[in-house]
Amino acid sequence: MNHGKTVVIDYEAGNLNSVCKALRMTGADVVVTADPEALRGAARIVLPGVGHFSSTNCLLESGMGDALRERVLNGVPFLGICVGLQWLFVGSTEAPEMRGLGIFPAMCERFSTSVKSPHVGWNSLEAVGNSRLLEGLPPSSYVYFTHSYRAPRINATTTVTNYGGEFSAVIEQGNWMAVQFHPEKSGAVGLKILENFMRASSC
Amino acid sequence: MLTRRVIACLDVSAGRVVKGVQFVDLIDAGDPAALAVRHAAGGADEIVFLDITATHEKRALLLDAVRRAAEKIFIPLTVGGGIRSLDDALLVFDAGADKVSINSAALGRPELITEIGSRFGEQAVVIAIDGRRNSGAPETAKVYVSGGRKATGRTVVTWAREAESRGAGEILLTSMDSDGMRSGFDCELTAAVNEAVQIPIIASGGAGNVEHFAEVFTRGHADAALAASIFHFGISDARSLKEELAALGLPMRLPC
Repeated sequence: MNHGKTVVIDYEAGNLNSVCKALRMTGADVVVTADPEALRGAARIVLPGVGHFSSTNCLLESGMGDALRERVLNGVPFLGICVGLQWLFVGSTEAPEMRGLGIFPAMCERFSTSVKSPHVGWNSLEAVGNSRLLEGLPPSSYVYFTHSYRAPRINATTTVTNYGGEFSAVIEQGNWMAVQFHPEKSGAVGLKILENFMRASSC
Repeated sequence: MLTRRVIACLDVSAGRVVKGVQFVDLIDAGDPAALAVRHAAGGADEIVFLDITATHEKRALLLDAVRRAAEKIFIPLTVGGGIRSLDDALLVFDAGADKVSINSAALGRPELITEIGSRFGEQAVVIAIDGRRNSGAPETAKVYVSGGRKATGRTVVTWAREAESRGAGEILLTSMDSDGMRSGFDCELTAAVNEAVQIPIIASGGAGNVEHFAEVFTRGHADAALAASIFHFGISDARSLKEELAALGLPMRLPC
């Protein structure tokens, strides 16, 4: 069902193994690259992410940000994971001196001190809009999170999760799609979400 | 709502599971990868491989098991035992682990926590602490290494704080007093460490029945509980354990 290459962007932060393996499980033809030029042939683009917001620094410097924006505006579906979601925002208080891609006009912030941080474990997804990514999943499905910073709820938020207040768990605006949790570590639910992404045609 | 986690731990030696669950209908009950798949299907929230021999020569066998497990399971996989350097961690991550658990190497050289954390993210670094307090107050519990044989002189609480400040993502706390006794987790020690740090605590050592899990989640405030042999006392899998805990009012990932 999946024609074309799924390009996974490597920005030398953490471990891409799990994401690539899970994508391949859904039938994806995965290519890993740090080269903005390689986005040209992509049918889909995935930006995984673990670790610090500052690790995204090289994305703007290398021209990956511009290349990505151009591809997605031209109809290529994009999935950001964890820091890959946060990077779509203006920035994060985790690295205040740095900019994100700025698709969404808000800042990511640390969890309040009323809850443990990092937020680690399985938490539930609560729909607040129509989601392509969660199609076919029962309400309040559990997925695996591990993060200390979170994005606020915005207009493009289709799903929230509650932990010391609600935050964006899934954001979908046209071909920009992003999840705060790790679908590659979320068992059958996570694989279904990746499958939905693989099926998403451009819009 | 964030659920409490039930983590299945497999003790591995020379690439084989040496204790823990023995599924009668598995052709190869000692293969860590096969058992990891079985635990994941049985509702465990995470899997831990603990290499209890961790000799240099046998390392390849562990890595092979990690690689085969990671091909088939899509829940978090932590690998511990014998990780003494960033290079050791690199091999384990490369094989497909999501987190590493470090014990004595971090005590010997605490900078290792930061080194691995800044390369792979803090969420990928679990600090394992073996604590013993005999009958003393929880705050007096001391850190032990070499499988509980050697005292370090440090208290569990101060080491947990230091590990957190150096960038540990989680603490895996094993009570040497309770380990293997099946008389319950050390809830007081778990609560004391929980009080001392902001990062999640995985409680280990002493699981004997469902109530023990309920106690460590409530009185001990543990975020997760680890068991090597939860199936030895009449529970068929993590799913049944979690269903019983959910019936007691604890938030669990169900269905799973």
